[in-house]
Order: sequence, then structure tokens, then C-alpha cells
Amino acid sequence: MKIRTPLGDEILTLRAGDSVLLSGTIYTARDEAHLKMMKDGIPFDPEGAVIYHCGPVIQENRIVAAGPTTSARMNRLTVFLIDAGIRCLIGKGGMGKEVSDSLRGRAVYLAFTGGCAALAASHMKLTGVFYPELGMAEAIWVIEVTDLPLVVGIDADGGDLFSRVDAEARRRYLAWKQGVEV
Amino acid sequence: MHAREYQILREAVSEATHACIHEAEVCLPPDVKAAIDAAYESESDPVARGELANIRANIREAERLDIPLCQDTGIAVIYLTVPHSCPLHERDLIDAVYDGVRRATHSVPLRPNAVEPVLRQNSGDNTGVGIPPIHISEGPDLTVTALPKGAGSENVSRIGMLLPSQSGEIPAFIVETVLMAGGRPCPPVVVGVGIGGTFDLAASLAKEALLLPIDTMDEYEREILNAINSLGIGPMGLGGSTTALAVKVKKAHCHTASLPVAVNIQCWACRRATRKVSV
Repeated sequence: MKIRTPLGDEILTLRAGDSVLLSGTIYTARDEAHLKMMKDGIPFDPEGAVIYHCGPVIQENRIVAAGPTTSARMNRLTVFLIDAGIRCLIGKGGMGKEVSDSLRGRAVYLAFTGGCAALAASHMKLTGVFYPELGMAEAIWVIEVTDLPLVVGIDADGGDLFSRVDAEARRRYLAWKQGVEV
Repeated sequence: MHAREYQILREAVSEATHACIHEAEVCLPPDVKAAIDAAYESESDPVARGELANIRANIREAERLDIPLCQDTGIAVIYLTVPHSCPLHERDLIDAVYDGVRRATHSVPLRPNAVEPVLRQNSGDNTGVGIPPIHISEGPDLTVTALPKGAGSENVSRIGMLLPSQSGEIPAFIVETVLMAGGRPCPPVVVGVGIGGTFDLAASLAKEALLLPIDTMDEYEREILNAINSLGIGPMGLGGSTTALAVKVKKAHCHTASLPVAVNIQCWACRRATRKVSV
């Protein structure tokens, strides 16, 4: 399914495991930018907006590499963004229960393939920056993306692909270990 | 050997270090690419296939644009083989490698990742006290090998000082390490294992195992790989039958009262490259 920012209720029908191509504007944010937005307010219109957990490599106003960072670091820093109208988070590895609960009926978490920094950059164009004083990795970069290939990790109905896979892996591990030891 | 020739040789080691880091950062070795291609062909889970398709497209883009595969360009672990005939003193060899790492940081470019461990101050050039780690051994040729190691997979690596009676539990310790790591190390991973030696030697062996080609495995390695892939963690922890591409084991004798087992996890970007320097 193709989606375009600003996002609306069309994302509520997405389900964990669905493939999505995203176009439009996204905003990078890591730990420092989250802390600053919590304190000073969100420097862009959050209604229907997309946050990307990413610390890119930028060279001469060009995106060189922009793969996702581990989203779980932002678990405690995210709910205020959803309350403000953010409709989508992009990152890797999934997020905690506090976040998946806050997504219910409002927003989704999309996974981008870890390590695919060159592929990400090939779908992106840099259009602006907030908080440049935080440095290259921590600033909020405004990026125009075209058909970024993503997977729904956590949907707006409580479906969480990461925790589903993790629970099944733990069950299979115990069964395998018992089989080996018998 | 004249001073000038000595300097030329030292410079050749710096340039070989720079060149092999550059190659490793941009282009995966053929055996790793083949393993990722084979995983894509055999995966039936649509989400897993999509993740592997992204990885394959990323490999092509990085090569085409001559840019790093991943923004975590890692810490360059360096392995040198030095023939008996090599006139370079060890101190000069090490300095030459440091110069090569600084050069690569500027030219590839690499993200500056090396920080003082407690104060977290960044050195800015990927060198520092003990960094890059340099392992020197004797060999027929003067060679430089770079293994740029990212933090996401390094952070979920593990060492266990098992009891001598637990040798049958080594596979479970390895599989459990991959289970606990889940999607965090960016699977499909390569699992480097060091069995035996001492506490420190086991860890070194586990990392050296990541230098071995992954297109061959013995029966022991293959059984552990099958157990890992039966967990269903899949690429990026999103499910699927490809959690690991390979398991590689290196062993050493150990004390009769101990059994160290080290598991060094490597993300799908199993980066390594070697350059030979003529002496």
C-alpha cells in the first residue's frame, strides 16, 4: 500500500506485517531531539507527521547514509509526540508496551531494514533542519522521501509483530532444548 | 635497508590499511553476498523476503555510489600477518596502521566512533588508546586485514565460563545468545564462536572466526545453525527462517578445570577485506 504525508485515518487499517511505500516529508529524531522537543515544543506541525529514528551522515547538504537506529531507546520519550498528533514512527527493532498502547487508534510504527543506509539515502532528499546545534547525528533533519519501503511493525489495533515473533522464538527454543537434552 | 625504502614500506602499510577498510565498508565479500542471495531465494515468508530484498538493494547501491553499506562504520579491527623477513619494527607497523585508519576516516568517509569509555569524549578519527585493536601473527606474506565491527551486534555478544562437564551444552549456550539478541543485532547474523583457551583467548577466537569464509561449515556448525534458524526470529526480528547465515567455530586447548565459550555476533554486513604488501 502507498501512503503519503500528512497521514490521516488511512493508517488505522494497516496491520502488523503489511508492506508500505511511504512518500512525503519525514523528520529525523534521536534521544537529544526528543528531550529538546519535550522541553521546548515540537518545531514543526505534528498533525499527521512522521518521525524517523535516525542519525544520518550528511555531507555538503546531501544525505550520504541514513539507516534506522534502535527505536527502543526512545520508549520513554515518545508518548507526548503521539498525543500531539504524530501519526507514524519509523525505526528498527520495535518499541515497548507504553508506546504500542499509545498508538492504539491513532498511529503506527513502521520498520525500516537495519543497516540499509545506502538504500535509504537513495530514496531521500534533504530539505531542511531544526536544532542543528545538536550536531549531525542528533539534529532534526527534514527529509523528502519517495516510496520508502517499510513494514508495519506495530499497528493501531495493538498488533505487534516484534513481540509476536519473540514469544514464538522463546517457545521454540525451550522445545528444542528439551528435545536435545532428552 | 635504506631509510627511504623503510619509509616507502611503512607508507605502503598505511595505504593498504586505508584501502582494505575502504573496500570492506563499501563492498561485501563474495561468500557473504552469495549467502544473502541464497537466503532470499529460500525464504518463503513475505516480510522476510522484503527485508532481504532491501538488504540486496542496499548492497548494490553502496557499491554503485561507493558509499558505506551502513552508517555504523564500526571500529576497525586489524589483523596483520608479518613474514620473518619484514624489516619494519613493530612500533612502526602499528603507527602505520593508525595512519591508515585516520586516512580512511577522512576519505571513505567513516563516522567517528571511538570515544574515551568513561568520559565519552570522541577522538574524532577512530583511533585512541588500544583502538584500533591490532592482532599481529607471523605469516609468509605481509598482509593487512580489516574487520570493521558495528556496535549493534557487538553489544549482544556473550562469553560464558562453562563447567568442564557442560561441553554438551555449548550449542544451547550459542543458540540462547542469538535468542536473547532477537532483532537487535540486525539479523541475519553470522555467529563467530570461540571454544576453549582462556577468558581472553576465547573472545579473540570468536572474532577471528568471523574472518573465516562462510560458504563451508562442518557438521557441528551446521547443526547449531539449523537450531538457530528454527527459532523463526528472521531478518530484523520480523519473523522468517533466516536468523543466521552461518556459524563458524574456532577452538583452542584450555585448562582441564575450565571451558570458556565466547559468542561474537556479526550483523548481516559481515565486512572484511585483505590487502597484501610487497616487502
